[in-house]
Formats: sequence, structure tokens, C-alpha cells
Amino acid sequence: MSLHVSNLSVSRGGRTLLEGVTFDVDAGHALILRGPNGLGKTTLLRTLAGLQKPEAGTVHLPEEDAVYAGHLDGIKATLTVRENLMFWARVFGTQSIDRALRTFELSDLLDRSGGMLSAGQKRRLGLARLMVTGRKFWMLDEPTVSLDQASVAQFADMIRVHLASGGSAIMATHIDLGLGADARVLDLSAFRATTPKLHASEEAFL
Amino acid sequence: MIALLIRDLRLAMRAGGGFGLSLAFFLIVVVLVPFGVGPEMSLLSRIAPGILWVGALLACLLSLDRIFALDYEDGSLDLLATSPLPAEGIVTVKAIAHWLTTGLPLVVIAPVLGILLGLPEQGYFWIVLSLLLGTPALSVIGTFGAALTVGIKRGGLLLSLLVLPLYVPTLIYGAELARRGTQGLETGTPLLMLAGITCAVTALLPFASAAVLRINLR
Repeated sequence: MSLHVSNLSVSRGGRTLLEGVTFDVDAGHALILRGPNGLGKTTLLRTLAGLQKPEAGTVHLPEEDAVYAGHLDGIKATLTVRENLMFWARVFGTQSIDRALRTFELSDLLDRSGGMLSAGQKRRLGLARLMVTGRKFWMLDEPTVSLDQASVAQFADMIRVHLASGGSAIMATHIDLGLGADARVLDLSAFRATTPKLHASEEAFL
Repeated sequence: MIALLIRDLRLAMRAGGGFGLSLAFFLIVVVLVPFGVGPEMSLLSRIAPGILWVGALLACLLSLDRIFALDYEDGSLDLLATSPLPAEGIVTVKAIAHWLTTGLPLVVIAPVLGILLGLPEQGYFWIVLSLLLGTPALSVIGTFGAALTVGIKRGGLLLSLLVLPLYVPTLIYGAELARRGTQGLETGTPLLMLAGITCAVTALLPFASAAVLRINLR
């Protein structure tokens, strides 16, 4: 249960963004991706999640271990918090949502509809979804956006517990979560593509 | 997959889910036609099967862009695509949910609206049968169109243009089956053709829908 990425190139809209990305993430460890806006952090995560194909290179990750959380939380405005969470629990074949509710203090909001939540509460619900999936390898894109300080601390705790139980995570974030020695920071600026060029074969699908 | 179906049905039933939209549109079309055509009952009852079929088809078309667009906008489509559900399963469930919330209500209400058009007595069975056989094909083809246009802002027009030609065979055989049945003619050929179209698109199109969905999520 570990992620091996070697010599990976990713592209968006036919332009290569990152080249030669190589890293490993072992069980119990986290990798934090850094880099300026527009560098390709989201594209890299989407490629790892299997939403798009790598331009070159290989990604080795057992698919049944991974779960992806993007910019948007996928919360349905007309479903309640419980219904939203139970849906993902059923999709991933797990049953209990209690632990996730406790971790993110969502128990009081259970019967509130998704549309009535604040931005921070939505994010907390989105992160609670990760726990509900029961997957070991988390891929997170800006997980702390719109969280207040207390929630960021809760999130860091959740990551720590997750890592301690043998899980691992790769995330793009700009803030310091204080994860200590288990987290490695990778600055993606070093892998910026030097020859941004359009690929004729891709253009047909734009 | 059952969970996804239940969720989609629930979303459709809740406020703003668009459950009544197609039904209301169907009702309006069928109610307005007699005003436009005039009160001549013999003419109305002759064109009734065709009117019901065209109305049902347009009502179906109206709700297609919601199949994937809403899930795309709030990010759940990305999450679903990376979940253990196969893409083929997702598009199939989406088509089933669309049929249950759009196609089936149209089938149920069609005989009631048939009264407004003076549909002959023997026509009720055939209009229900033909819609019951044909509307699943409309949902499956529509899901394919919706998968093709997901991610395009205001993709509704493009979706209609793409899907309409694909709807034509279903319309021809569906309306023909209803017309022949109503007039007491032999119905074997259009019945088999309609059932054949529905079976073929249900068996094949989910794979195409899943493939274009994967491309569009890149």
C-alpha cells in the first residue's frame, strides 16, 4: 500500500505542466505538494486519482486503496448531512458514519440540509466523507480552504490519526499543518515543464 | 449502485429536482394542441397518437441536461468517477433514474391526456404499450447526449441538436405502433422494431456514454 510515481508528466488543455515528477509515499506517511498557483498541483492530483491520463511516466497505486477529494465537496443542497454522508458510505461499502461525525463535530447538523451549511461546514462534511470511505490513501486538493483555525487543527489531528493507523495522504496545501516527521514537503517548482507545447493528438479532444 | 439510484430519485423528488417539469410540459403541449388544430374530433383522434408521442419526446428532451450537469457543477461527478462504481454502472443508473422520474410518469399520464385528444378506445392500450417500450430508449440515448455535453456551459442547445436525430427512429416506430394499434391494423413490425431499438441502445450505449464521460472529466 504505497504510491510510486516515476518520471511522470502531466498536462492540462494540451499543455505540459510538470515533467519528470518522481516520488514515493509509503504507508504511514504524508506528502505535501507546494508550488505557486497554476503550476499543476491539481492536475497532478487528478492524474494520480485516475481522472486523466499521464502524459508520460508511471503511477503505481492500488486503485482500491485510494480516494480523491477535489476543490468541490460534492454536497447535494437538498439532501441532509446524514443523507449526503450515508450515500458515500454505501457507495464505498462501509456502514458507520459515527466516527467521522464526531471528528468533525457534525452531529448537531445531521438533519440540516446541505444547502444551509456554511462554506466551512461544507468543507468539514467533505473531509468527513474521506473517513467514511475507509480508504487508506487520501488525495486531497486544498483541504483546508474555508476552514477556521479550530477546524484546521481538527483536520491536522485527523490526518495524524490516519497516518498512525497506517494510512497515507498526498495533499496540495499552502499552510503548515504541523504534521512533524511523517510529512514530507515536495516543491513542484523544480518539475515545471521547460517546453510547454501543444500536442496535436490531444487538440482533437479539447 | 442502488445507493446512487436512491439518491438520484430522492434528489428528483425534493424541491427544485425538476420532477414535475417534464410532466407539466407534456401536459401543456397536449392541452394546447386542440386549441391550435381546432375542435374537429375526427382529425384530433386521428393525430392523437402522434401528438402524444411528439409531446412525450420533447418533454423527455427538456430534462436531459440535468442528468450530469448538476453532479458536475458541485463536484460529485469527479468523486463518483473515482469511487468504486464503474463508469458504465454510473451512466446506467443515471439513465434508469431519468426514466423513473421522467419516462414512467409520462407513460402513466398519457392515457389521461388521450381523453383530451379524443383518442379512440382501442388506442389506450397501444399508446401505453408503445411509450412503455420506447421511453427507456429515449432516456438511454439522452444519457449518452448528456455525457457528451457535460462540462459545457449552457450545453442544452448542443445537447438537443445531438440527441434529436438519434431520437427519430424511436419516434417513427413508436408513433407508428400507436397509430396502427389505434386504427386496428397489424402491429407486429413496428412493435418488434421499437423493442429492438430499445434493447440495442440499452445494451450498447452505456459503454459509449461511459467512454465519453471519462474523456469529458479530464
